[in-house]
Amino acid sequence: MVRSMRRARRVLAGLALLSVGLGVAGCGARVDETGSGGQAAASCVDTSGDAVKIGFLNSRSGTMAISENTVYNSLAMAAEEINASGGVLGKQLEVVAEDGASEPTVFAEKAQKLIRSDCVAAVFGGWTSSSRKAMLPVFESNDALLFYPVQYEGLESSENIFYTGATTNQQIIPALDYLKEQGARSLFLVGSDYVFPQTANKIIKAYAEANGMEIKGEEYAPLGHTDFSTITSKVRDAGADAVFNTLNGDSNVAFFKEYRNLGLTPEAMPVLSVSIAEEEVGGIGVDNIVGQPVAWNYYQTLDTPQNQEFVAAFKARYGQDKVTSDPMEAAYTSLYLWKAMVEKAESFAVPDVRAAAGGVTFEAPEGAVTVNGENHHLAKTALIGKVAPDGLIYTEWSSGTPIEPDPYLTTYPWATGLAG
Amino acid sequence: MEILVTQIFNGLSVGSILLLAALGLTLTFGQMGVINMAHGEFIMAGAYTAFVVQQTLGSAGVSLLLSLPLAFAIGGLLGVLLEVTLLRRMYHRPLDTLLVTWGVSLILQQAARDVFGTAGVDVPAPGWLSGPVEILGFSFPRSRLLILALSLAAVVALLLVLRHTSLGRRIRATVQHRQLAETSGISTRRIDMMTFFIGSGLAGVAGVALTLMGSISPNLGTSYVVDAFLVVIVGGLGQLRGAIIAAFALGVAQSWIEYSTSASIAKVLVLVLVVAFLQFRPQGIFSLRTRSLA
Amino acid sequence: MTTFTTRMLRSRYSVGLGFLAAAVVLFVVAPAVLSDFRLGLLAKYLCFAMVAVGIGLAWGRGGMLTLGQGVFFGIGAYLMAMHLKLADAGPGETPDFMALISSDGPPWWWEPFRSPAVTVVAILVLPALLATLLGLATFRRRVRGAYFAILSQALAAAFAILLIGNPATTGGSTGLNNFVGFLGFSLRDPANRLMLYFLAAGVLLGMLVIIRQLMVSRYGELLVACRDAEERVRFLGYDPATVKTVAFAVAAVTAAVGGALFVPIVGIISPNDVGVVPSIGFLIGVAIGGRTTLAGPVLGAIAVAWAGTTLSEQFPSGWTYVQGLLFMLVIAFLPGGVASLVAIRRRRGTAPGPELAPTKGGKST
Repeated sequence: MVRSMRRARRVLAGLALLSVGLGVAGCGARVDETGSGGQAAASCVDTSGDAVKIGFLNSRSGTMAISENTVYNSLAMAAEEINASGGVLGKQLEVVAEDGASEPTVFAEKAQKLIRSDCVAAVFGGWTSSSRKAMLPVFESNDALLFYPVQYEGLESSENIFYTGATTNQQIIPALDYLKEQGARSLFLVGSDYVFPQTANKIIKAYAEANGMEIKGEEYAPLGHTDFSTITSKVRDAGADAVFNTLNGDSNVAFFKEYRNLGLTPEAMPVLSVSIAEEEVGGIGVDNIVGQPVAWNYYQTLDTPQNQEFVAAFKARYGQDKVTSDPMEAAYTSLYLWKAMVEKAESFAVPDVRAAAGGVTFEAPEGAVTVNGENHHLAKTALIGKVAPDGLIYTEWSSGTPIEPDPYLTTYPWATGLAG
Repeated sequence: MEILVTQIFNGLSVGSILLLAALGLTLTFGQMGVINMAHGEFIMAGAYTAFVVQQTLGSAGVSLLLSLPLAFAIGGLLGVLLEVTLLRRMYHRPLDTLLVTWGVSLILQQAARDVFGTAGVDVPAPGWLSGPVEILGFSFPRSRLLILALSLAAVVALLLVLRHTSLGRRIRATVQHRQLAETSGISTRRIDMMTFFIGSGLAGVAGVALTLMGSISPNLGTSYVVDAFLVVIVGGLGQLRGAIIAAFALGVAQSWIEYSTSASIAKVLVLVLVVAFLQFRPQGIFSLRTRSLA
Repeated sequence: MTTFTTRMLRSRYSVGLGFLAAAVVLFVVAPAVLSDFRLGLLAKYLCFAMVAVGIGLAWGRGGMLTLGQGVFFGIGAYLMAMHLKLADAGPGETPDFMALISSDGPPWWWEPFRSPAVTVVAILVLPALLATLLGLATFRRRVRGAYFAILSQALAAAFAILLIGNPATTGGSTGLNNFVGFLGFSLRDPANRLMLYFLAAGVLLGMLVIIRQLMVSRYGELLVACRDAEERVRFLGYDPATVKTVAFAVAAVTAAVGGALFVPIVGIISPNDVGVVPSIGFLIGVAIGGRTTLAGPVLGAIAVAWAGTTLSEQFPSGWTYVQGLLFMLVIAFLPGGVASLVAIRRRRGTAPGPELAPTKGGKST
């Protein structure tokens, strides 16, 4: 018995060694042999038929599902509209939808699947910065295209991503300008503990220093944090002129409830939020947030013919009680922008689309947007709005004209050194 | 002074929520040994009960008062359902109850997502509960005071039931010596069911209290359940007074550390403190002295 | 009849045959049948299977329900990820994501992991060390099963909070990703990705050999004895705390190795992969496959991960229901897992769990 076990052990050890040996024997390219880390695998997009595949990658489950479902809905509506009006270059769009499950790892895996296994021509989706950063290497290594529809923290620009939401100089800096105009001399920063609030606050602090504003405090809550009694106490005690809020998701509800519980009001100490759109207002409770300012590039109440059409079509499709918000509009716009780029390039191939992208414009519900061919962002108009008792947001202040995207803030002298 | 009072109050208020969440567990975990991970989802069910009641009734004040008994009943019924269908056959393998109820909690969470959506929903507090109230020159949020009062009321009610009713006597008898209780003519099966009903019902009440603080979302329970278990462990299994002390101690520690550092560090430090405490007192603050517990 | 099959199964031929079959499937069949993308997924499942092997030993054989394996998986993964980020940045340079948040270089505790050798040693030693400390601390105090489970879960929660709370050094909620090379080989070259798959398969097979030897050794008997009657083991003059701690440490190392390979294979590690939920998720495959067996956890983990991917492609929210139902039904009604359905059992291997065994009389509440 013992001897037989020993023999078995020897056989197995041999087997294990063999497998390791196999692994070492046949290795491929080394990093230094191919310069920047190897060539991208060849694209497998099939454009021979009368349809072309595109991918939608949104969280349909998990904590981000509520927000990302609305983006998915407006993407689906745009695809249907485009198909009804003859498709792109005469080809109907065939949508492959995948669930990102609110987890960066899943986003990376599903992006890989859409590109390598489903061979889609472009992918639309993502919401959190984590999901975008997780997908970025996948798109770069496969030389594929991602259209990302949400405002974010800037300091990024990829050949393989088109950013159709705002970067910091189209949202956060105008918001700071607005607060300064309103006479705020000191700020308190409240955010969730992750990359967007931290990077945003870094920019805000640099801005404050250059503009003689005082930062009275800076607090981060873990994602999903629900007890804000201590943080709101600190906010109250610091007595700043305004609060700059980069909290994410459900934390906003607990924060605003507690804020009101302490007797703080938008008149005494306004809380300017950059992650609260029409969709979120209902969850927070209109009573808790009415009169507070928010910063975006689009509101449902905008008075443009394109927007009236968009809102009417959306409500007709998904229900009269549904609202439209900035990321939804940016997602809807992104599909039309891709269509315009493909038609300008007369090709679905990624290098051709990218080459044609610069200068492509679209009359979006938010107004005209233009693609910047250099950094792949859009020129967008900044709008500060206030939450009204009906739960909608009305524009208070506008930058007037579209602001050129500047993700690395190179045109702002005080921002030197922020890009790392 | 101002900060001291505010932070002690905040700590008590955090503690009162922990206590409400853990009170039911002192029964189901502490006394019956079932590790019910779905306890958090019973809290969530209570919170959504408050939401639904308010959606149908409209008036915030009336619906708050009405949701308390209703959430107790709904949480309790969910608990009884779980006990009868699954846990009854598993009392002899407590570790496995943890995994089974984790499965239940996954299903309940997903069901809540499909029914109510993943977004947090708001249950507006009645007008007389919003804003602060001045006491001795310090201002306290009214809703927090109500939660504090509610948790103390729940403790008193539970104590009265356990000490002074025949049901309470039978529950204690069953916990202390199941066989002997059975010989005395107590139907231990029914008592198990009732214990679970009360324990889970208290989770429902905790859910209603949570609506006063923040949003109600399907993953509401997960953020409280681990903390609630820690309270029970630190307090000592099945020890009501232990749970009370542990809850308030953890609450005060959490908000003090949070005030001087940050919320994430506070959470981690509190966990470290708990582990350290259990190192020299593994049985918790108080330990149950019965024959049946080795 | 039973003794005959048992002897058959334990003979070197059948064990050898089993391993040979597994090797053929992993090294010949799978690469021939699966596309590059699916093979990459299989490589990821193999990493989960490594975690499962360790859980099978600690939980199935040792009766320690550990809800914190995500911590060890995470330590292995983050150590490897730190090394890859430093290697990509080049000697003396700062990894790209750090520069975004602060302008200081990498903190001192990153520096040792510039060396691949230090990283590999750390991946094996650090988790074992941590597990030994934790194990001795808890098992010596004779902390009960339920306490151990909840404390390990709290540990997983704390670990994830710490990772998220330090974006400048751990990448925060995004985690670490965007790796270019692995020990000098480009991760973008499909040939290298194939080799990574082979590496994972080879490591898993090697791990199975080691764990099998542990299980059939005297130590393995002692471990099962600790699970079923800890007091008796103590009376016989052994120290159950040491016995259990060894199993816990071995499980920690297998989880860490799985995590370390997960990083180059999947290309990202984030707190979402190491917190409370994934830590419990590791258990379901083990339970389904049969927690007390050797092959059960491996096959169970691969099957569950595969089902998860496939189902979530079809119905996004359906997978959560299925996962919940699996936990409920398998644990409540089939505690031995699928392995207990298969007629060939080993008497010792399928002995009931610690809770089933009549240990200390009257200990039930």
